[in-house]
Amino acid sequence: MKPKFGVVVFPGSNCDHDAYYVIKKILGHDVNFLWHKENNLNDSNVIILPGGFSYGDYLRTGAIARFSPIMNSVIDFANKGGIVIGICNGFQILLEAGLLPGVMLRNISLQFVCKDVYLSTENRRTIFTEQIPFDKKAIKIPIAHGEGNYFASEDVLKELQDNDQIVFRYSDSNGNVIDEVNPNGSLLNIAGIINHKGNVLGMMPHPERACDSVLGKTDGQFIFKSIINYLTN
Amino acid sequence: MFRAKVIIKRRPSILDPQGKAVEKGAQHLGLTNIKNTRIGKYIEFDVLSENREEAEKEVNEYCNKLLANPIMEDYEFTLEEVK
Repeated sequence: MKPKFGVVVFPGSNCDHDAYYVIKKILGHDVNFLWHKENNLNDSNVIILPGGFSYGDYLRTGAIARFSPIMNSVIDFANKGGIVIGICNGFQILLEAGLLPGVMLRNISLQFVCKDVYLSTENRRTIFTEQIPFDKKAIKIPIAHGEGNYFASEDVLKELQDNDQIVFRYSDSNGNVIDEVNPNGSLLNIAGIINHKGNVLGMMPHPERACDSVLGKTDGQFIFKSIINYLTN
Repeated sequence: MFRAKVIIKRRPSILDPQGKAVEKGAQHLGLTNIKNTRIGKYIEFDVLSENREEAEKEVNEYCNKLLANPIMEDYEFTLEEVK
C-alpha cells in the first residue's frame, strides 16, 4: 500500500508544517494537511496529530481539540485499525479522546522543558519502531512541553506493561532507564505508548524535529520509516 | 433557566505540583500555618432549561465529557434557578 499521510491542523497546532516537511521533502511521500473542521480524511492511511497548543491548551491540554469534527473521523479510523501517531500535543489529544489510556499532568518541575532527550525503545515489534536498529541503545529526540508528566492508575500501568504497550521510556544515552533523566516526572519514565491493538502511538518527544541532518540529528526518521516500511511491505 | 457553578478538584491521589509551588510562596510570606494547598478550577455558566432534573443531567454530561477529566479530577456543582 502506498503511504499517504494526513497531518491534522488544529487552531494552535505549530508542528504541523514540520511533520509535513519531513514526510514530503525528506522522506518523499504523499502528505496532506487536514483542517480540523473537516471530517474527511482524504484517503490518508496514516494520520499525524501534530504538536502545538491546540485551542490554547485551555481547560486541559487536548481537551477541546478532542471534540473537533475531524476527531470523530480519526477515532473511527483508529478503531478500524488505521495508523495514528500523536506527537506531544497530539499525544495529549489521543489521551483525551480515549484512544490511549492515562492523562498528562504538569511537569513535576512546573517548567516548560525544551531539550534533546534519549529514549530507550522498549518494544521494537511495532508498526512505529521496527526500523530502529537493534544496536541503537537509545535514540536522540527533542522534547518541548510543559505537561508531559504521564499518569495512569496502577491497573492501567500494569496492563501497559503486561501488553508491551510502553514503547519509549526516557533513558540515558546508553538506554538505561533511570530517574535522573526523567525530564517531567512521568510514571515509569514513560515517553510513548501504543494502544492494545498497536495501531495508535502517542509520544511526547518530537521525531519530526529530528529528521533533517541539517539540524544535527536524524533518529526521528526511524519512526516514520517504520510506518512507511510497514505499509509498503 | 439555571445558573450552574462548578468546582473541579484534582483527585486526592494525584500530585499537584502547582499547589506545592504556590504553597512555597506562602512560606516565603511567613504564612507557616498554610498546608495542603491544592489548585482546582471554578467554572460558571447558564443552563437554558426550565426543569432542574434535566439541567442537572446536562451539567453532569458537560462535566464528565469535557470540563473534568475523570481520570484525575472530581467535580461538584450547584444549580441556582434564575428568574
